[in-house]
Amino acid sequence: MKKRSGRSAFVFLCAAPAVILFIIFMIIPTINVFRMSLFRRSAYSPTEQFIGLDNFTTLMNDAKFIRSMQNTILLIVVVTIVTFAFALVFAAILTREKIKGQNFFRIIFYIPNILSVVVISAIFSAIYDTNHGTLNSLLSLFSGKTVTILWKGESMVMTSLIIAMVWQAIGYYMVMYMASMASVPQSLYESAGLDGAGKITQFFQVTLPLIWTNIRTTLTFFIISTINMAFLFVKAMTSGGPNGASEVALSYMYKQAYTNSSYGYGMAIGALVFLFSFGLSALVNVVTKREPLEF
Amino acid sequence: MKRKMLSILLVAALATSALTGCGKKSEEPATDTPSTTEQDEPTNEEQGEEPTDTTEEPEEEADNQTAGGKIEVAALEGGYGKTIWEDVCKAFTEETGIEVELLTSKVLEDEIGPSMQAGDYPDVIHLATGREKGLTETFIKDKNIVDITDVLSMTVPGEDAVVSDKIAGGFTETSLTNPYGDGKTYLAPMFYSPCGLFYNAGLMEEKGWEVPTTWDEMWELGDKAKAEGISLFTYPTTGYFDAFFYALMYSAGGPEFFDKATKYEEGIWDSEEAKTCFDIVAKLATYTEPSTPAQANDQDFTKNQQLVLDNKALFMPNGTWIVGEMANAPREDGFKWGMTALPAVKEGGDGYSYTWFEQAWIPGGAENPDGAKQFIAFLYSDKACEIFASAVDADGNPVPAVQPVIGIADMLEGDNKMFYSIYDDGAKAAMGNFAAYDSVVGVTNREVWFDPVNSLVSGDKTQEDWVNGIKEMNDQMRENLVQ
Repeated sequence: MKKRSGRSAFVFLCAAPAVILFIIFMIIPTINVFRMSLFRRSAYSPTEQFIGLDNFTTLMNDAKFIRSMQNTILLIVVVTIVTFAFALVFAAILTREKIKGQNFFRIIFYIPNILSVVVISAIFSAIYDTNHGTLNSLLSLFSGKTVTILWKGESMVMTSLIIAMVWQAIGYYMVMYMASMASVPQSLYESAGLDGAGKITQFFQVTLPLIWTNIRTTLTFFIISTINMAFLFVKAMTSGGPNGASEVALSYMYKQAYTNSSYGYGMAIGALVFLFSFGLSALVNVVTKREPLEF
Repeated sequence: MKRKMLSILLVAALATSALTGCGKKSEEPATDTPSTTEQDEPTNEEQGEEPTDTTEEPEEEADNQTAGGKIEVAALEGGYGKTIWEDVCKAFTEETGIEVELLTSKVLEDEIGPSMQAGDYPDVIHLATGREKGLTETFIKDKNIVDITDVLSMTVPGEDAVVSDKIAGGFTETSLTNPYGDGKTYLAPMFYSPCGLFYNAGLMEEKGWEVPTTWDEMWELGDKAKAEGISLFTYPTTGYFDAFFYALMYSAGGPEFFDKATKYEEGIWDSEEAKTCFDIVAKLATYTEPSTPAQANDQDFTKNQQLVLDNKALFMPNGTWIVGEMANAPREDGFKWGMTALPAVKEGGDGYSYTWFEQAWIPGGAENPDGAKQFIAFLYSDKACEIFASAVDADGNPVPAVQPVIGIADMLEGDNKMFYSIYDDGAKAAMGNFAAYDSVVGVTNREVWFDPVNSLVSGDKTQEDWVNGIKEMNDQMRENLVQ
């Protein structure tokens, strides 16, 4: 008995530091965000005025917030689907097929992930340049006339952001899928092959079901990281412009909290984004629930 | 045994890391408490007096340490570099015995922001309005700035002159220095720069084009340039339209119209003068280099500036800092900087050039406002002005930071002499800005007035949409004016 209580004391002591840190640096600030969203206050002033849910009702009628939320959702959906598809296919090819320079491709695909967003934005700034950019020059070369597409103009800016974000994310997810694909036993493919399953059938009937748990996890990652990365990309590449066309939820939140001295309003946006990403992740988790397959 | 040792070690490491976290946490409230009580007071009505009362204690403490006390100065390290600040602080300490702890940074908001949120304020902050993070604006809106009207009647340390005798006329009467319109000065005017339209004087000479003095001449020139494949206009970002639009408002309706418009008077945007301004900007949008809006962001704005150096666009609104900013950029042969005031709206009307200047101010939570006031007074001394005017950029090119004091132009040479003599050549000075309003959620002046210019140029928005947006927001801003 005595031994057991000593043991639980030890467990308690071991867990305590992490729990305390978690409470101080995660739980309390999060609660604070929700609290501040009920106030009218600026970032540096200690005075605040309680206004209940006013911030949230204003948000619902704020056309700019709605546009930034639409942009965020667009990014989550498109970036997730495109990255997911490319990463899966590349991972399957690199693990299942014997091709020359496998490691080379692995590195090439992974490099964007190591680069900081600022570097990436500088690279894409050169690619998207209207007058001397790589993209317009290439298009001019093939079409035979001078192409001057405004890649960062109002109508194209979201597409340009999506391309950059997909380019950056593919490598990371590819490596994650490769890791789990590598652990699928070779024998399963052999027997599937004997049963007459082609490469594509094998991919859908063997590979996908067996790495399903991994895919589910990455879907949650996609949601969270797209919301966060979108802020960095927008900040570094477009500053939300032109005329707010590329504003996403978090960059709008930042603008309101700091540039516009409406910290409380910014926190209300933060609270909504928090609930949104939480809810969406939960939804995706429920929808993709399957009996785990074992091998 | 080994394993046990290892786990004990791990636990110990975890525990220490937890304790370090706690240690920081428990230290913070200690510094927090006195400053929060201080912060509360300046936000009451009587701003000027109370901070002085509350800071007697820390001042005495500081007095014990050094003869003249100590102040903390936080200055933006802009295009002028940081050496000027180091030198001025040194000169100030020599003159008054007050020690200065200097912090300069290119991202000053990020450096002082978090500690100010925790209640630790510098005594003097040199940071202009109009920056993306709007830190100075936040303090204005919060009425969290110390009244420095008394500084104007202080003697400049080391000199006999009074501060107000040194500062050039008009600078301490604008809405930028007296944001509440109560006749009191809260922000000290610093480094000024005439803004206007910058162009390639070499190209104009080569083509035999005259610099337009009215907008009609401007459109004519625009058509001529178009025939040669050159656009009339570009702009770095829409943020540069503030100085442009202010000057335009002055030339369309004089100071009276400017005053009404920047105080969001009811129906002001339906007036004839306002319509003139809108028409000019909308027409200018059709003459703008088409790739401009796609590059009008914080990352690519130099590409728009480069358009002028490459003779792809004729004019851009800018300030005198442009010369230093683009010093290393490639340019067409025979390129020569030129600068002109905004053309007059009508033949014989006034051309205006907006005077852009930065501000230094004392936050409400400053611990040593008296020392801070002396420091601000010192910024207008001959010695300080000379140090500021001798600023050089990283490559050693002179980029004088010009204090708004009488007779400063004599200290300048080269391009700068030409820029700063713009007012001697007939252009009138436009000063002031939109009146401060208590923050209206979701709305900033830049987003309402200037960002839509991007959409005007790309054709995603019409002039009518733009003007309607302004009218809609105008009422909200008027209702929330900071009194």
